[in-house]
Amino acid sequence: MSSPDDRKYTKEHEWVMIDASAANTAVAGITDYAQDQLGDIVYFELPNVGDNVAHLGKMGEVESVKAVSDLFSPIDGVVTEINEKLLDHPELVNEDPFGEGWLIKAIMADAAPLDSLMSAADYDAFTAGN
Amino acid sequence: MTSDNLQTGLYDTHVSLGGRMVEFGGWDMPVQYPDGILAEAKAVRTAAGVFDVSHMGRLYLSGPKAGEFLDWVLTGSATTLRVGRARYCLICNENGGVIDDTIFYRLAEDRYLLIPNAGNRAAVVAWFRRWIDERFSPGCTMEDVTITTGLIALQGPGTPELIDKIADDQLSAMRTFSWAESTIQGTPIFVGRTGYTGEDGFEMLVQSNDLVSVWTALTDAGAAPCGLGARDVLRLEAGLPLHGHEIDEKTSPIEAGLDRFVRAEAEYVASDILQGQMNNGVPRKLVGFTLPGRSAPRAGYSLLDRGETIGTVTSGSYSPTLDTSIGMGYVLERYVELGAVLDLDIRGRTVTVTVTALPFYTCPRRT
Repeated sequence: MSSPDDRKYTKEHEWVMIDASAANTAVAGITDYAQDQLGDIVYFELPNVGDNVAHLGKMGEVESVKAVSDLFSPIDGVVTEINEKLLDHPELVNEDPFGEGWLIKAIMADAAPLDSLMSAADYDAFTAGN
Repeated sequence: MTSDNLQTGLYDTHVSLGGRMVEFGGWDMPVQYPDGILAEAKAVRTAAGVFDVSHMGRLYLSGPKAGEFLDWVLTGSATTLRVGRARYCLICNENGGVIDDTIFYRLAEDRYLLIPNAGNRAAVVAWFRRWIDERFSPGCTMEDVTITTGLIALQGPGTPELIDKIADDQLSAMRTFSWAESTIQGTPIFVGRTGYTGEDGFEMLVQSNDLVSVWTALTDAGAAPCGLGARDVLRLEAGLPLHGHEIDEKTSPIEAGLDRFVRAEAEYVASDILQGQMNNGVPRKLVGFTLPGRSAPRAGYSLLDRGETIGTVTSGSYSPTLDTSIGMGYVLERYVELGAVLDLDIRGRTVTVTVTALPFYTCPRRT
């Protein structure tokens, strides 16, 4: 499946998209490729609302049955919301990684780092080579 | 994928089913299929799953001294095992460390089939060769048929009914840890009522070029293809050790709580050490533990008491059957007490775990 072209992508397989519903806010998650590689996801360790997250800094962890991986923030800013549904239903990320399975929303301190991330086409080419 | 790994006769079948292939014990094996580990584990607990376990070894030991030889290298007795039966036990080195664990079948008065783990086959063969040459030759020969044969495990509460539909004998009548010879749609199988999931089931040894037809007969009859990921979760729920985790060449079966598979009264490799440990105790023991939630303990994590490291995790996972996280690990002997509360360091987060009786999961007894 090709990644949606309404957002940007990191080499660590996170996505980030401007959230039109709130000023200076972006929403982030992990990609379909990432959820597929992880397999059944059972647990997320996410930052708290109010925490600072740094662009490409560690923001949490994701655990699948077989593996644990660090999550990196594509956003530079302050967390305003986390996806509470994932506490009881982490499998939402397997089912809908680009939609219902979003991870965090944050107010951007600086939107410039987003420009350095990959486009959907670049990301799909990047993962095709893996 | 290019690799020097061995491939089973089902490799192309796994790939066409969407199996995710990984290296395990020198073989390319499916860790999971598209439905995922949790769905596969559920299939085995509620219905029927089928695993390609052809990566495991298959050794025939034959001759008038074969039983006597196995009595020497195994912690369990071969000569007292009746023809038609199978037994689980350990293969220990001279220090009492575990070279491998195994199930072996007595095929005839002077012939046995022994199943080592994939990654330990070479070590087991070398160890056996040494003792045969030193003490049991002539009179005992070893034949490794791992490459020319395959092994399929059918596991789950629905398997007796399933296998009766496609086998040419009523295999559901077999007793646990017995074996039989039969055919599935004309293909000969050697079948044991054994497994590694804590569930009822059957393991079938077939010729390599018969693997696809037997596998297809099983999946056509409704068995869900399952990979090594589900197998690992299921064996952990069943409290079964995995070599390289709960047991290895530096760990004794007594530390691992496998006393009941170790003869207390006979003379065999490391029997003095093992029997001494049985009588005098060991400084550390394997325990099971549970923790709330889904974050899993993983091999190598530390177990602590008031900040002091008193143990190490050997395996852990989220348990889909129990819907909680479970683990096994070694702790100092004084912490081996059901209900004991310990701390677990999960990558810097401290969580409380409770020592729990093994196995975590026991299948309802069939009548």
